[in-house]
Amino acid sequence: MTRELTILHLYPREMNLYGDHGNVLTLKRRCEWRGIKANIEAYEPGDKFPCEADLIFGGGGQDSGQSVIEDDLQKNAQALRSLVDGGTPTLVICGLYQLFGRFFKTHEGEIIPGIGILDIETIAGDKRLIGNIVCESSEFGEIVGYENHSGQTFLDKGVEPLAKVVRGAGNNGKDGTEGTRYKNTIGSYFHGPVLPKNPRLADFLIGKALDAKYGFGELEPLDDTFENMAHRSSAEQPR
Amino acid sequence: MGLTDIQIYKQNRCQVIYNSRMPKKSSVVIGKLVRRIARLRGGGSALPGLVVEKIDKGFISDCLNRLPLGVAVVSGTNGKTTTTKIVVELLESQGLKVFTNRTGSNFMRGVIAALIESVDLNGRLDADIAVLELDEAHAVKFVQAVAPRYCLLLNVMRDQLDRFGEIDHTARLLADVVDATTGTVVVNREDRRLTALKADSKIIYFGLSAGLIGEFPEDDELLDQNTEKQPSGLPADVILSQIHGDTAEFIIDGRKASAPLSLKGSYNIFNSAAALALVRQILPDAETDSLICGLADIQSAFGRGESFVVNGQSLELFLVKNPSGFQLALNSFGSDGHDVMIAINDNYADGRDMSWLWNVDFSGLRSVQMVSGIRGADMALRLKYDEVPVDNPVEPDLAAAAQKFYGLSDRPKRIFATYTAMLDIRKALKGRSIL
Repeated sequence: MTRELTILHLYPREMNLYGDHGNVLTLKRRCEWRGIKANIEAYEPGDKFPCEADLIFGGGGQDSGQSVIEDDLQKNAQALRSLVDGGTPTLVICGLYQLFGRFFKTHEGEIIPGIGILDIETIAGDKRLIGNIVCESSEFGEIVGYENHSGQTFLDKGVEPLAKVVRGAGNNGKDGTEGTRYKNTIGSYFHGPVLPKNPRLADFLIGKALDAKYGFGELEPLDDTFENMAHRSSAEQPR
Repeated sequence: MGLTDIQIYKQNRCQVIYNSRMPKKSSVVIGKLVRRIARLRGGGSALPGLVVEKIDKGFISDCLNRLPLGVAVVSGTNGKTTTTKIVVELLESQGLKVFTNRTGSNFMRGVIAALIESVDLNGRLDADIAVLELDEAHAVKFVQAVAPRYCLLLNVMRDQLDRFGEIDHTARLLADVVDATTGTVVVNREDRRLTALKADSKIIYFGLSAGLIGEFPEDDELLDQNTEKQPSGLPADVILSQIHGDTAEFIIDGRKASAPLSLKGSYNIFNSAAALALVRQILPDAETDSLICGLADIQSAFGRGESFVVNGQSLELFLVKNPSGFQLALNSFGSDGHDVMIAINDNYADGRDMSWLWNVDFSGLRSVQMVSGIRGADMALRLKYDEVPVDNPVEPDLAAAAQKFYGLSDRPKRIFATYTAMLDIRKALKGRSIL
């Protein structure tokens, strides 16, 4: 039996500023290289929201892009919440990470409501947090990448971060946390994209999706020589 | 036969009344002195610019405001260097003396350094017009000091987001440049972010025909190049209508004109349409035939598809800086019949953020023979996910990689490199007397 997964890519047109497409490509290839068929379903504002998704990805956008998708995202808040709460593995980066939280407060004090799946709040900061970043997660080990955001995200008490910042700013540049973990969902500021150089994250998402669909999430190992080489080289770059 | 603008202008050249002030002599002398010392020490070309910028804020405007035909600024994400080179050479072919920042140091300090080199000891610049290449951020600073008479805006693409933050922000920077322009603004009508800019001054467009527009994907379409595109309906003074082999056909003011070009690659040829549109504004009476003739001989700029033949083996160099530029280079110059090397650095001048590599579609490459640079590992990984084989181990050292690559086979070769990687590769190949 050929196993197959449907990967829902949220708003690829507006929310794909920093190579987010690379995350989806990584999921697709790492499925294919294991003989698993991966169907990428792009969801744009106004489309019929698919009820079935085995894995969800959403990226970051420019301010203008975010304003285009905000209303549509609200319309689908319920559907997304039930998928995430039901354990559908989900990765949200930067802009959609923020909008999966309660709200984004702009410089002018305007409140842009999120969909509140994650118990986090984001406030526009004075300076952009930009540069190479290295974090450590008890679950996934070292995570490396690049961040570029002005929003500062704060987690409610008791909400689990994705990782501790080793070098860089992370959620807000203050409390040493990066990203959020909830059920099988990961929210993060790592773009660049995050999955190719951190294949453990990619395999976590694929494994959880297979487990939910087929009751068996064990993945055969792949040759990750290039992934590990790029990971090491990234970890060594100055901020 | 009536006199053309150029002839009238040349007759009057000596009578031009200079009503702006001369640059301070002390700044000129100090600048030239610093330049000499810096050169003796084998140092950088920007130092005299830095010193004069500090001691004399008015230097740049004092020098440039005196030019009889004013200043033309060329800005945008891709094609500035090539387009500026074409504009300068076209104007020179029409008999003008042109001041430009030829070194490609497209920021204020670079312009000041170039001025110090060119002015005489009295601070006089022997030129009719200045044509300056400025990146979006420096163009904004520049127009605060000197209001350009012309500006030419090529495109707004994802580039150096670690510096500029967002593409929309880059477009806003260009809006300031448009506002400061006193004469004519020349704009690529096929770039939606540019045509959205409002201008009080006169706007002239250049563009593409329906047949060619598909070859120029906008940023958001790089990974989905099948989308049907139509040219903008705005009236264009110069349209690039067809490319057949080496010959390009333009529609200029509604009339067809074609010429064999030395420039290669559809994007370089589109730059020449941009240059023609600007030059036609500066010299409205220049004859189309003579401009087209002038265009035929213009060679590619540094690293923009420059080609060399060494021991009967051809080597082409492509500078890649952002996803759209890389994609256009790959679309025009792929791996067919060639060995390919890709070298990626992440120094400040290259852009620190590697995410842009994931916005380029590499799947058209059959294989890549060599991958190098500080971020060579990132590049190799990117190719893996487009299932493009990399034939040799990643060699981060550029000199070693270039040397190895050159000795691989006697097939013609293409090297795609980011800015600082390109500098190192050229140095290595020169050291080995290959270039």
